[in-house]
Amino acid sequence: MENRITRLASNFKIDFRILGMIGALIILWVVFNSVTGGRFLTPRNLFNLSVQTASVAVMATGMVFIIVTRHIDLSVGSLLGMLGMIMGTTQTHILPDLLGIGHPAIWILTISVGLVCGIAIGALQGWAVGYLTIPAFIVTLGGFMVFRGSAWWITHGQTVAPLDSTFKLLGGGAEGTLGSTLSWIVGITASLIAVIIMLISRRKKSAHGFKVPPFWAEGILAGCAVFLIMGFVWIMNSYQLPKGAVKRIYEVKDLPIPDHAIYHGIAIPVVILLLVAIIMTVVSKRTRFGRYIYATGGNPEAAELSGINTRLLTVKVFALMGGLTAIAAVIASARLGSVGNDLGTLDELRVIAAAVIGGTALAGGAGTIYGAILGALIMQSLQSGMAMVGVDAPLQSIVVGLVLVLAVFLDITYRRKTGQ
Amino acid sequence: MENQKHNGQTPLVEMKDIQISFGGIKAVDKVSVDLYPGEVVGLLGHNGAGKSTLIKVLSGAYQKDGGEIYINGEKATINNPRDARSYNIETIYQTLALADNLDASSNLFLGRELMTSMGMVDDDSMEAETRKIMNRLNPNFEKFTAPVSALSGGQRQSVAIARAVYFNAKILIMDEPTAALGPHETQMVSDLIEKLKADGIGIFLISHDIHDVMKLCDRASVMKNGQLVGSVNVDDVTDDDLLSMIILGKNPSENKSA
Repeated sequence: MENRITRLASNFKIDFRILGMIGALIILWVVFNSVTGGRFLTPRNLFNLSVQTASVAVMATGMVFIIVTRHIDLSVGSLLGMLGMIMGTTQTHILPDLLGIGHPAIWILTISVGLVCGIAIGALQGWAVGYLTIPAFIVTLGGFMVFRGSAWWITHGQTVAPLDSTFKLLGGGAEGTLGSTLSWIVGITASLIAVIIMLISRRKKSAHGFKVPPFWAEGILAGCAVFLIMGFVWIMNSYQLPKGAVKRIYEVKDLPIPDHAIYHGIAIPVVILLLVAIIMTVVSKRTRFGRYIYATGGNPEAAELSGINTRLLTVKVFALMGGLTAIAAVIASARLGSVGNDLGTLDELRVIAAAVIGGTALAGGAGTIYGAILGALIMQSLQSGMAMVGVDAPLQSIVVGLVLVLAVFLDITYRRKTGQ
Repeated sequence: MENQKHNGQTPLVEMKDIQISFGGIKAVDKVSVDLYPGEVVGLLGHNGAGKSTLIKVLSGAYQKDGGEIYINGEKATINNPRDARSYNIETIYQTLALADNLDASSNLFLGRELMTSMGMVDDDSMEAETRKIMNRLNPNFEKFTAPVSALSGGQRQSVAIARAVYFNAKILIMDEPTAALGPHETQMVSDLIEKLKADGIGIFLISHDIHDVMKLCDRASVMKNGQLVGSVNVDDVTDDDLLSMIILGKNPSENKSA
C-alpha cells in the first residue's frame, strides 16, 4: 500500500508537503465558507484575498532566499514603511514640482527611486552581515528600528496623500485590474506556456535517456495546471464591477457607459506577484545564483571550498530582498492610496511566517518560492476569514501565532519521517 | 637523495618554506614538500601535526603567511579555492565538503555548473555527465535525484571523488580518503589511486594509517608539531621507521649518518 502511494507520488513528481498545504488551504476555505454562510468563497472575497496576499507574498519569495542562506530579515516591515514614505514623497511632493501634477512619467520614476533605495539599503545590510559578520538578526533588528524612525522623519509623521493616479492602479481596486478580456488572454497564454514548458522538459529528459514519468501522469499534472490557471481567471472574471465604479471609469476615459455588466479580471498587484513568482522560481532553480544560495544554506563551508564567494552572495541576497520590499511597498501604498506612519507594521512577522509555513527550514538549505506564496495565502485566508466571521482582533493574533508554531512542528515531523 | 628517481624532472608541485599561524600558534612552520607527476606522496603525522593545514594552503582554503608555491616550476598565486582549481588542483576533503541538501550532480558541478545557451543551469546535462562518471567509478550508484544526505557514506565518498576526477585534475589532494569506508570501498579507492597514478596525476595522500601509506605511496613526508620531520622513499624505510618519525620526530637518515 505504502509502496503504491510513494510510486504514485514519484510518478507525479510532487511532494506530500505541498499537498498538505493545499489540503490545509482548502479546509480553511471550506470551513470559513460554511461558517459565513457562503460569503467566503465568492468571486468578490477571493479577489480581495488575492490582492491582500500580494504584498506579503512578494516579500516572502525574497525571505525564502534569506532564510535558506541561514539568515533572517526582521527589517522588511519597517523598510516597506520607509520605502513607501520615500515613494509617497517623491510622487506627491518632489516630482510634481519638477514635472507638473499628473505627469505620465511620475509613477515609473517613483518606482525606480523606490527600487534603487530598496536595493541599496538591502545591499548595505547584506554587507554588514556578510563582510562585517554581524549576525543578520542584529543587523536587521537594528534596521527594523532605524527604518521605522526614518520613515517618521521623512514627513515628520504626516500621512502622504493623495498618490499619483497611475501609481494607484498598481494596488488593485476597481480600476487596477486587467479587465476580463485581457485576463482571458493572459490565462490562455499562461496555460499554453505551462504545457509547452512541460513538453520541452520531458523531451529533453528523454533525449538524455532518463526515465520520465508516464505520459498520463504528466498529462494529468498539465491538466491540473491549466485548470487552476483558467479557474482563477474565471473567478476573477466573475466579480462584477459596481455600477458606480463603471460609470466613474468610463467617464474618465470619455467613453459611453456600457449597458452590460463589466467584470474585474485579475488585479494588477496579483499580476505583479505572479511575475515575481515566475522570475524568483527561475532564479532559484535555473541560475547559478540560485544554486549557490541553496548550496550555501546546505553547507556554507562546502560552498566556499567550491569557490563560491559566500560573502558577496549574502550581499546579493539581501539586496534582492530590499528590491522585493520596494515592490511590496508599491503594492501596499497604492492599495491604500496613501502612506501613513504605520505602513508595513508587523509585516516582517507575516513574511517570515509565510515563508516558514510554506516549508522554508530555519536551519537553512530548504525552501521553495511556491511554498512561500502558498504560505502567505494561508496566513491571509486565516486572517480575512476570522475577520469575516467576526473573531476579535486579539483572538486573531492568538490563532495565527498558534497556527505558525503548529505548522513548523508538522514540517519538522514530516522532515524527520522522510529523512530530509 | 630522495629525488634520485626524479632526475632532471620539474616537480608538479613544490611548496617551499610554507608558514601559517593561527593566533600566534605556528600551525605550519617553514615546511617544504614536493610532488612529481605520477607520484603519490603520503603526508603523515598525528592529529594536529599540521598536515591538513599545509594542504589547505595548496587547495586555497587557507592563505599562507609565508613561503612560496611553484606549480610546474612556475610561481603560483593561490588565494582561494577558485585559484587552486585554475591550476587543476582538486581536493577530496575529509569532511567531503558536500552540500547535503543538493543532489549528486549539483554537488559534482558546484561552482562549475554546465550552462545552457540561454545562460541557465543545465541540470539535465549535468545529470547525464554524472551518470557517465559514476558508472565508471561506482556502478552501483543509483540515487541521482536524491539529496546526498540520503546517501550512504561510501556513496557520498564516491560523489566527492567523482568531483575531483571529473575535472581533469593534475594534482589531487586526498584527505583521509578511506577513513569512513568499508573494506570493499577502500579497495575501490586504492584501485582508483593506481589508475590515476598511471595517468600521470600527482597525488598528496593525507593519512595517519601507516599501512595505507606503505601500500599506496611512493614517498612519505612526516610532520610533527607543525614542522617537517623529513621526507623518505617508502621503499627505503620500514613501518617502524615511519612510526618513530611520527611519534618521536626522528628522521632515519639522520640516524644513519650519525
